[in-house]
Amino acid sequence: MSAEPNPAAEPQGPDRLVADRVSFGYPGYPVGTDLSLVVPAGSFTAIVGPNACGKSTLLRVLSRLLPASSGRVVLDGRAIADYPSLQVARRLGLLPQASIAPEGITVTDLVGRGRFPYQSALRQWSREDERAVDEAMRTTGIGALADRLVDELSGGQRQRVWVAMVLAQQTPLMLLDEPTTFLDIAHQLEVLELLATLNRTGGRTVVAVLHDLNQAARYASRVVAMREGAIVVTGTPQEVFTEALVERIFDLPCRVIDDPVTGTPLIVPDLNRVRGR
Amino acid sequence: MTALAARALNGAQTWRVGPISVRFRTRNALVGVGLVIVMVLTAVIVLGLGSFQVSVPDVVRALFGDGPQAVRTVVLKWRLSRVVLAVLIGLALGASGAIFQSLTRNPLGSPDIVGFSTGAYTGAIVAIILIDTGQPAVVSGALVGGLLTAFAVYLLAYRRGVQGFRLIVVGIAVTAMLGSATTYLLLHTELWRAQLAAIWGAGSINGMDWDEVRPIAVMVAVALPVVLVLGRRLATLELGDDAAAGLGVQVEAVRLCLVLFGVALVAVPSALTGPIQFVALAAPHIARALTRGTGALVLPSALVGATVMLVCDAFAQHLFAPMILPVGLVTIVLGGAYLTWLIARQARQELR
Amino acid sequence: MVTTTVTAAASAPSSALRSLTARRRAGVVVSAAVLALLVVGSIAIGANPLPLEVVWAALQNVDPALPEHLIVVEQRVPRTVLALVVGAALGVAGALMQGMTRNPLADPGLLGVSAGASFAMTLAVALLPITSLFGYIWFAFLGAVVATVAVYLLGTGRRGANPLTLTLAGVSLGAVLSGLTLSISLLDARTFRSIRVWESGSLADRGWEIIGPVAGFIVVGLLFAAGAARGLNAVALGDDLAVALGADARRTRLYVVIAVTLLCGAATAAMGPAWFVGLMVPHVARWICGPDQRWIIGLCALLGPALILAADVLGRVLVRPDELQAGLVTAFLGAPVLIALVRRSRARAL
Repeated sequence: MSAEPNPAAEPQGPDRLVADRVSFGYPGYPVGTDLSLVVPAGSFTAIVGPNACGKSTLLRVLSRLLPASSGRVVLDGRAIADYPSLQVARRLGLLPQASIAPEGITVTDLVGRGRFPYQSALRQWSREDERAVDEAMRTTGIGALADRLVDELSGGQRQRVWVAMVLAQQTPLMLLDEPTTFLDIAHQLEVLELLATLNRTGGRTVVAVLHDLNQAARYASRVVAMREGAIVVTGTPQEVFTEALVERIFDLPCRVIDDPVTGTPLIVPDLNRVRGR
Repeated sequence: MTALAARALNGAQTWRVGPISVRFRTRNALVGVGLVIVMVLTAVIVLGLGSFQVSVPDVVRALFGDGPQAVRTVVLKWRLSRVVLAVLIGLALGASGAIFQSLTRNPLGSPDIVGFSTGAYTGAIVAIILIDTGQPAVVSGALVGGLLTAFAVYLLAYRRGVQGFRLIVVGIAVTAMLGSATTYLLLHTELWRAQLAAIWGAGSINGMDWDEVRPIAVMVAVALPVVLVLGRRLATLELGDDAAAGLGVQVEAVRLCLVLFGVALVAVPSALTGPIQFVALAAPHIARALTRGTGALVLPSALVGATVMLVCDAFAQHLFAPMILPVGLVTIVLGGAYLTWLIARQARQELR
Repeated sequence: MVTTTVTAAASAPSSALRSLTARRRAGVVVSAAVLALLVVGSIAIGANPLPLEVVWAALQNVDPALPEHLIVVEQRVPRTVLALVVGAALGVAGALMQGMTRNPLADPGLLGVSAGASFAMTLAVALLPITSLFGYIWFAFLGAVVATVAVYLLGTGRRGANPLTLTLAGVSLGAVLSGLTLSISLLDARTFRSIRVWESGSLADRGWEIIGPVAGFIVVGLLFAAGAARGLNAVALGDDLAVALGADARRTRLYVVIAVTLLCGAATAAMGPAWFVGLMVPHVARWICGPDQRWIIGLCALLGPALILAADVLGRVLVRPDELQAGLVTAFLGAPVLIALVRRSRARAL
């Protein structure tokens, strides 16, 4: 087991995760057809789009939770379907939308569940596991909650525990589906700052479905905008968040100015604006 | 209890030797050891009871191969098989119950969701009515009935995969039909056959010895380790299908495996002894109350199941001696009473 | 900070609501029509084939000298009425249980009603010299009430009844009682025989002296059910939301338990344990009209009797001149419907 190559230390191809003309959906209900997407190594990609545009479903396809009906997803140069699931779990961490905390579980235990891909019958709790959990809890700032029951926490605290669990998985790639749900504004930014740090200094590749456009603009290095199951545009926040595109994708007339703090695009809704100007 | 001791009790121990590491919850280990002690004590006492009384020291001596021939015959040849049988069945039922409650995420989840027990009962009744009341006929009838039912339920629930909820509902529907068929059959047959069928249906290990132990021991020896090894995956499944898949669990394959082995664990005993149902339902709850733990608790449930079976069988044999009760009746009454008491105690604590 | 608004292509939510209401109304009308048909069928059809003119004449003007008229008036009509009342009781009780416990696998027997009724009945048959059904039925009812009260007390903590604890308490107490019932019945052949018959779920041979009081209890139970219906919608969403919506979760649960006790207790006492009706009918109702508890309860009051009447009529016809008890046939009628339903839709939990 220890002879396994460390995926983070592997020579990085330019693209960590590639979706190659994938079509996907549910029985009798196609969601996306013939989508292609590239996630470059070391990038922070935000997937945005109106509700029910298929962004969560796309994330599920990218993380192999939902098999594509045609096309393929390539992870580190190999089709994701060719990897044993545990191998994928060591390269790609996922924070899904609807997770269940078992009744009566403590915070430390739940974060520790993230170490599953590295454990076995004879390696139930190694020192690396302990260190990873400690670090994950420190990074998300939930150290003080270590012995509390997850059931008793507020929505925001619980969300941070789930993020810590994904962190404990110590994967070079992290896919997060709406990681800022339930968080108050300060904690939303805290999580995003954390992801940004992990991305910039930790070298992790991050893909996050975000519903707040300005947060996406501020933190992401690449934005993928979707609408009705198709990718409308991909590019830097400056390229994607233009008044015309935002209006087209979100039916939201707006003005785009420069964020006075970060200089990234700041979208300001302007409902008085005449459509299609 | 001091706060420190309380934390230590609820905490986990990790033992490391080189790259190998083992982790367990202190309280779980203590509860497990406690249950084993209770089982051993009960076994030793029970082995001494009966028309031929044997004192406890003599029982112990006989177990180690010592002592007079007559004592050794009674203890080892006649009575030990029943004790071993009760323990094995209890392990199987307890483990199976824990698996299904975890998989179905429903406190009423039981290994009978595919209707095996009810199918076995119907098959046994058909055999009793059509063939005779001898054991080979009844056991074959039970096995055939149970397997056919499980198969039918699975097929009916299959529609591009088996979804948990659909499986349960189909199981309930098929069980209801079989139950009605059973009632009808019992109404229109001789009274004595109906009574025999009812006794078998309650679950009894009367008249069983080492011949019956063998198949059950094989089943438990094969299935229980598999199920325990899958325990980590079962625990991860509790986080939700998406999170579990994200962590590398092959969700559908693991679930199918657990269902198959879970049903197998109750199938073999049920076919032989008749369905002993309440143990699989109650053992996980009792285990949870004792360990105050979280998760599937497969091993604690198995141990609770074994203890309950052993204690219940002791009662079944000796409570109204010389009449022997079907152990299934005792498990229902005692198991139900204990669970009721646990709930009452919990309710009183809340009201205080 | 901007949060994007929901901007999917503008679909008219009102049209979806309109089609749901139309579906609900259609469901009620069709169910009522089917029920009416079954009522007619129940009076017209039986183990003894009687020409329709005779039946009609009997209904209008009973001639006590004619055995045919007696069959109609003293057997079929009471039976039909009993089926209506018991069916409504079981259907509504099932809907209440599933709504309150938020568990689609709940049936009204879960509170220990059936087990309590069986136990008391068995005890009475074994120990007391009463021989008439009328005598025993009151014990069954008493047993049902006592068992339910016990379960309710067990399952109620500081904040009112906890659905999970209630369920567990019902199951465990029910198991104890059913084990004891089986033990007693195995000890005494006469008891075994009587209980066997009662447990098969028969509607036959119950005169007005039974039907009257049973119907009375059931009507009171239905009133409590109606009182709980609105609150149940809110409770199904969770306790916090229930309070926010102005519903009194505690009172709703109390009403539900009272209603289920009366409804299921009376029905079980009259007909024997018939848990499947209470389990299955709410699923069909939910499929037709969606998760609104008021509609579900109302529809169950129509579908429950329909199922039981259909079962009873079939039972009279299938093995002429003998009869199959209604309780036995309901499973064979209802189970395929339930299976078809579950195969069809993406499983809707509640």
